[in-house]
Amino acid sequence: MQRAAALVRRGCCPRTLGPWGRSQSSAAAEASAVLKVRPERSRRERILTLESMNPQVKAVEYAVRGPIVLKAGEIELELQRGIKKPFTEVIRANIGDAQAMGQQPITFLRQVMALCTYPNLLDSPSFPEDAKKRARRILQACGGNSLGSYSASQGVNCIREDVAAYITRRDGGVPADPDNIYLTTGASDGISTILKILVSGGGKSRTGVMIPIPQYPLYSAVISELDAIQVNYYLDEDNCWALNVNELRRAVQQAKEHCNPKVLCIINPGNPTGQVQSRKCIEDVIHFAWEEKLFLLADEVYQDNVYSPDCKFHSFKKVLYEMGPEYSSNVELASFHSTSKGYMGECGYRGGYMEVINLHPEIKGQLVKLLSVRLCPPVSGQAAMDIVVNPPVPGEESFEQFSREKESVLGNLAKKAKLTEDMFSQVPGIHCNPLMGAMYAFPRIFIPAKAVEAAQARKMAPDMFYCMKLLEETGICVVPGSGFGQREGTYHFRMTILPPVEKLKTVLQKVKDFHIKFLEEYA
Amino acid sequence: MWAGAAAQGPLATTAATWALLPGGGQRQAPPEAGPISACAPAWGPERPALWEAAVAVEQEARAPRFLRPGSVTQETGLLCWRGAKMGGPRGLGLGRALLGVMALRAVEHSQEAANGLKEKVLTLDSMNPCVRRVEYAVRGPIVQRALELEQELRQGVKKPFTEVIRANIGDAQAMGQIPITFPRQVLALCVHPDLLNSPDFPDDAKRRAERILQACGGHSLGAYSISAGVQMIREDVARYIERRDGGIPADPNNIFLSTGASDAIVTVLKLLVTGEGRTRTGVLIPTPQYPLYSAALAEFNAVQVDYYLDEERAWALDVAELRRALRQARDHCRPRALCVINPGNPTGQVQTRACIEDVIRFAFEERLFLLADEVYQDNVYAEGSQFHSFKKVLTEMGPPYAARQELASFHSISKGFMGECGFRGGYVEVVNMDAAVKQQMQKLRSVRLCPPTPGQVLLDVAVSPPAPSDPSFAQFQAERRAVLAELAAKAKLTEQVFNEAPGIRCNPVQGAMYSFPRMELPPRAVQRAQELGLAPDMFFCLRLLEETGICVVPGSGFGQREGTYHFRMTILPPMEKLRPLLEKLSQFHAKFTCEYS
Repeated sequence: MQRAAALVRRGCCPRTLGPWGRSQSSAAAEASAVLKVRPERSRRERILTLESMNPQVKAVEYAVRGPIVLKAGEIELELQRGIKKPFTEVIRANIGDAQAMGQQPITFLRQVMALCTYPNLLDSPSFPEDAKKRARRILQACGGNSLGSYSASQGVNCIREDVAAYITRRDGGVPADPDNIYLTTGASDGISTILKILVSGGGKSRTGVMIPIPQYPLYSAVISELDAIQVNYYLDEDNCWALNVNELRRAVQQAKEHCNPKVLCIINPGNPTGQVQSRKCIEDVIHFAWEEKLFLLADEVYQDNVYSPDCKFHSFKKVLYEMGPEYSSNVELASFHSTSKGYMGECGYRGGYMEVINLHPEIKGQLVKLLSVRLCPPVSGQAAMDIVVNPPVPGEESFEQFSREKESVLGNLAKKAKLTEDMFSQVPGIHCNPLMGAMYAFPRIFIPAKAVEAAQARKMAPDMFYCMKLLEETGICVVPGSGFGQREGTYHFRMTILPPVEKLKTVLQKVKDFHIKFLEEYA
Repeated sequence: MWAGAAAQGPLATTAATWALLPGGGQRQAPPEAGPISACAPAWGPERPALWEAAVAVEQEARAPRFLRPGSVTQETGLLCWRGAKMGGPRGLGLGRALLGVMALRAVEHSQEAANGLKEKVLTLDSMNPCVRRVEYAVRGPIVQRALELEQELRQGVKKPFTEVIRANIGDAQAMGQIPITFPRQVLALCVHPDLLNSPDFPDDAKRRAERILQACGGHSLGAYSISAGVQMIREDVARYIERRDGGIPADPNNIFLSTGASDAIVTVLKLLVTGEGRTRTGVLIPTPQYPLYSAALAEFNAVQVDYYLDEERAWALDVAELRRALRQARDHCRPRALCVINPGNPTGQVQTRACIEDVIRFAFEERLFLLADEVYQDNVYAEGSQFHSFKKVLTEMGPPYAARQELASFHSISKGFMGECGFRGGYVEVVNMDAAVKQQMQKLRSVRLCPPTPGQVLLDVAVSPPAPSDPSFAQFQAERRAVLAELAAKAKLTEQVFNEAPGIRCNPVQGAMYSFPRMELPPRAVQRAQELGLAPDMFFCLRLLEETGICVVPGSGFGQREGTYHFRMTILPPMEKLRPLLEKLSQFHAKFTCEYS
């Protein structure tokens, strides 16, 4: 079964030159060096070694923080030590971390958080009343009126109620039940928890999980860790990364030969691909999930990040309800959201939630039990989530400033999305689909045959080779497409659009110059 | 087949009680039983009052001639609820009850057919069987019941008590402990840096906040940190460990910050689990244990190897017992790790230095990776007791131990004197870990991006408190001392009051935050519990909760020697509440004993 998993993975997204391969071998080199220095150690092997460790964990890969990011860290240290480079700073465009790129936190959110953290401030005249009102309400719902108490494992009650009210508003009145809301430690935690519960069976009945290619590598990482079967379906690059139900059908049919496909993961808006699904497409997906009896996971963390004027975010939950009782009372769905993206970009707080629909009551009990082992999500992240779903409303003191800040962030992101797309489409050998949403560009790059050979000689994926060179020559850190999966023989990288506009222009110009030079060098 | 009944070992019965709650069932539903979705929204506060009826029906269902085992599972709860509507369980004859269930099921099935309801993808049968086996008593059914009672009180339902006292979990601030001022000031400044200009904050708090923000991406807590935690905070942790251990060096690169200690413990265990069948990883854990361990091992499908602490010797750890457990385990698994909790949870003992040395020697000889859960290192109360870190003892034992024995030691901001549970801060220090494995650990951690930054900030303050020359020093010390002194007094009081009660025996609470007294239960109570399908101490704790509002966790949730009964109670309630609480509990035990003798 493990071999089958490996075959599926390898067949669909080349991993033989996986990004961690390199660091493993360098680590092994380091370890053997240590052994040479202290020969007495070789007599006794360690209990926990690469050979003896959990093989599923070893199989995990996570490119967004992979070797290229480690290399970026090394280069930063070298710069600090005064080593000369053709650039003066490393620009980390590898991860959707808005505030690290200079985005200012939303004032209101931080005010409420400060009040909750240090309630003496509730007497301070320098905080607006609406912020105080929210802080008091959150604190009253906490054990001992303090963020320092554990909350219920599912999250603070009143925050779950606020989340439910938010979803109801967002979905034009489709009801949401607070009992179906689980607060989480970032969306990642919710996603891996649900996947963990879903995976079962052995051999040909092992659970298969369908994920898009390209995907956000949390999915492949968790699937590896759980020893589930990764079932790839390809997004259509020629069609702006659209999801095609025929492709889903092909993938599920093929997968049924060696596993039991039980789960379908959708990322909308797409990460790393930035497409926004049409309502029609969502309906098709839901119908397909219903037909094939698949549990739906809708990763909707970029729901506030839609830039293209002719696109709109439709939640799976809403579409499901509007499709009528046959679907709305049958299809099992978990939808995820987070404080890390959107306009607030509060990644460090690790706030998030999931809403589950049609989950069997017994499974809900199992879910709470499983969550309770980890006690509770960080209460500060829960408080941050509360502000996201319960922002100032017209008539409240902070409304104007809040709206101004929110619009400024989103307006800027839209501008940067357009800028990135325009810039890349001017470069020969780079093709970039429109960035309809999310926070990334995932351009396709042409890599000449000579460069592919050079990469292979170094036992690297060609796009890893490209990105490493880009990093070493320009200080720009992006993630190779092989870390997300791509069609065989195509090459991409993922770059965030988060740097401030002026910096982004420079970055794009530098990438352009590098690419042209790269093409010449390996022509 | 009754999966719950088949599960053996000290925790088996709590599995059965899970089944009594909606969604907690451990039984396999028969293939023909569809989901009774209509029953879900009907769960109301009246359900649990019919506890005994549910248990009785379940018992009856075990007789195969009546109904197929398991076929009543989902209905059991529904029946209770129906029973409530019909005026109470005690008047409900069992036969009628079962007929009622069957009739209901028929209705359900026809409704399902009419609605075109399909069977769900994710059911108890189809879910991950390892997750299903997970148990966690500290937040188990008894705590859910406590929540319901609180709600009933709010709704004005009359009870023989006016408030529920949750002595089930080490949650200091929920019990009224006031947060230490300085860490909260630093955190507020980090959260909202405009406050750096406010005259209301002391300079040292501002300096501290500025220093932390400098080390964060974009100078903001809102950026992800590196997966191992903010580098500067890791350095501060390393310096703290060096101070604690009398100068023994600690390397910041061996420190991984985590989302509470639980997260780090689970990560290290996850790395260790491998093999199949008789080569599957076995992990030695104490009995009684903190059930995070058994839960994580169940989830990873690893083999739990119990070693018993010696209750007669104040819960001391005995190496001969480790040896026995190990030898027996080698018949069916490959033991690769040994977990030690010091100070003990739930048992409160503090290990002597000699004992730690013995454990280290044993681990070394038997090639076991050591996990030292030291989250209560600041919570040592008994005279003559002292906390010795495994790291320090290991290093002082010199070669070959110091350079070779692999160790992971865990700490947290949830315990100690800060009690900042909600922020989920913690760390693990790894010692002698293979460099390549360390990299694998880093990779695994990176998938979850980073531990929450506010928790990292509080951890930083915990490991580098104000120095004597700082303006906040005096207040910080005073607050810290007050918390620890009160805990010491409560530990003493708890031990005293329990030991005055006939039929209760309590070992000294040398450290941590719990007492784990042993109680005698009369044979008739044991028999009654067995009739109800409950562990006897679970039966006791449920009755205690229903009649006094005191929520404690039965010993069966932690593991205990066969035939002995305990409960875990935190010593955290404020002094003025703790004494009456202890007395009420002792009195209830006397009454309970009387009732069943």
